[in-house]
Parts: sequence; C-alpha cells; structure tokens
Amino acid sequence: MPVIDTEIDREGLTLTVTAEFIATPERVWQLWADPRQLERWWGPPGWPASFPRYEFEPGGEARYFMTGPQGERSAAWFRFETIEAPHRIELVDGFSGDDGEPTDAMPSMRMVVEIEPSGGSDGTVTTMSIRTIVDSLEHLEQITSMGMVEGMTAAMNQIDELVA
Amino acid sequence: MLSETDVDRLFQALADATRRDILRRAVTGEHSVSQLAAHYAMSFAAVQKHVAVLERASLVTKTRRGREQLVTTDPTALARARELLEQVEDLWRHRVAAIDDLLAEEATGAPGRTGHPQH
Repeated sequence: MPVIDTEIDREGLTLTVTAEFIATPERVWQLWADPRQLERWWGPPGWPASFPRYEFEPGGEARYFMTGPQGERSAAWFRFETIEAPHRIELVDGFSGDDGEPTDAMPSMRMVVEIEPSGGSDGTVTTMSIRTIVDSLEHLEQITSMGMVEGMTAAMNQIDELVA
Repeated sequence: MLSETDVDRLFQALADATRRDILRRAVTGEHSVSQLAAHYAMSFAAVQKHVAVLERASLVTKTRRGREQLVTTDPTALARARELLEQVEDLWRHRVAAIDDLLAEEATGAPGRTGHPQH
C-alpha cells in the first residue's frame, strides 16, 4: 500500500511520512526489531544497508553501512532513545566518520516512529508514521548533499553501463 | 526543471572527487577559496577551477568580500529546506515500497514485485 500522507514543516525542519500496510502492528514492528529485515528496506536505491551491530533496546546503539554500486561505503549509526513495543521508537540517525564510528563533525537527525492499528475487519491494517526532525538547515544540507552525491554516483554508473 | 545542459553540468560537476569534497565543505558554511585550497594537494588555481565548475552547475555561489572570494551554497533557506526535505521524502517513498515488497513476498511466498535486491 502506498504512502498515504506526507507533511513538510519547513520552519521546524520536520518531515512526517505516513504509510499504511496490510499487516498487524506486531508484524510491522519486526521491520525495525529485526536487523535482517531492516537491511532489506533501509538503504537508498542502489545502496543496500548492512547492520553489523544492532542493540534494539532503550539506550542501545547500532552501526550500519551502505554499499554503493562501485563498492563505496557510507557508514552511519543509530542510537535508540525510546522503544515501546509494538508502537513507538525514537532514535537518532547520524553519519559516521571514516572509521565507522559516530563523530560530531557529521550531521544527525531524530526520528520518531509510531505504529498503530488502523482498521481492517480482521485488525490487519496498520499505519506507520515516521517523523524526521533535523536541528538546522545546515545539517539538512549536509545530510541531503551526501544523499544527492550518492544518488548521482549511482545514476552516473548506470549511464556508464549504457554507453559501454 | 533542469534543462539537458543543466543536467550535463550537474553530472560533470559531481563526477570529480575533489569537487564533491568541496561541495560537502561548502554546505557547512562560508569558506574562502584559499581556505578550501589548503585541504588539497593542488594549486590554488586548480581549486579555483573546481569551484568555477561547481558554480556553473549552480551548486555553489561565490561572493567577494574584500580580497577574499567566499564559496557557499545558495542561502535562500526556506525554499531550500523544502527542496531538501522532499529528497528525504523520496527516500521514504522508496523505503515504503521496499517494505511493501517484503510483506507481499511473505504473504504469497513469491519474490517481491519490483525486485528489490536481496542481501
């Protein structure tokens, strides 16, 4: 089922995306609780993610990296602040330095995930909303310029293949 | 909308590791060309050329302050914020589609419709 709503609050530097899935809240919760499932949907197009460390508990941390089309790696991390199964997760997501560890030099963003049953006669429709909060335009610029550079690299590689 | 020439310029500008690095620095604030040049093992003139390529692709703007040339990304903040949040939104649309595939695969026991990579 598609994304059903998105809302951009420019001044608050906040984006809320709401999507509806045909699954129970417990099933949708597993998309986050199980890193092997998370790996199948987290990475941007062409950049699959791997989570070698994943402590899904309040105060727990995760390390992950995304691998680009030419084997380039982009390393990042989570810190879980709130975990209330199967309804609510608050986490901080940031880019890592070259050593794969968090660094103040790289931007981070806060995410609030809410999972709620939303109907279906058998209770199997679930809404997930994800609020992404960035603390400054400067950080938002950094975050998306990295994404853009990666996206462009992927696009360029595709062009390379076409003209080869 | 970008014209084909704009897109060519954009791709060309981003096809170089030094220019991508300059861009990453420029988004964090104002840097003079000479400050930027200090980061690279190349001449001031070479860095200046890289900045000019980024400028032609509208990725950075250059303003003169005294004897210095300051390199920044476009400062029209609110419009820019929206544009950037829309990129984050695109990423979430992609993620939701990937989750849909994962759930559909489970329901039918068949591989996902759009063939997201398995790893």
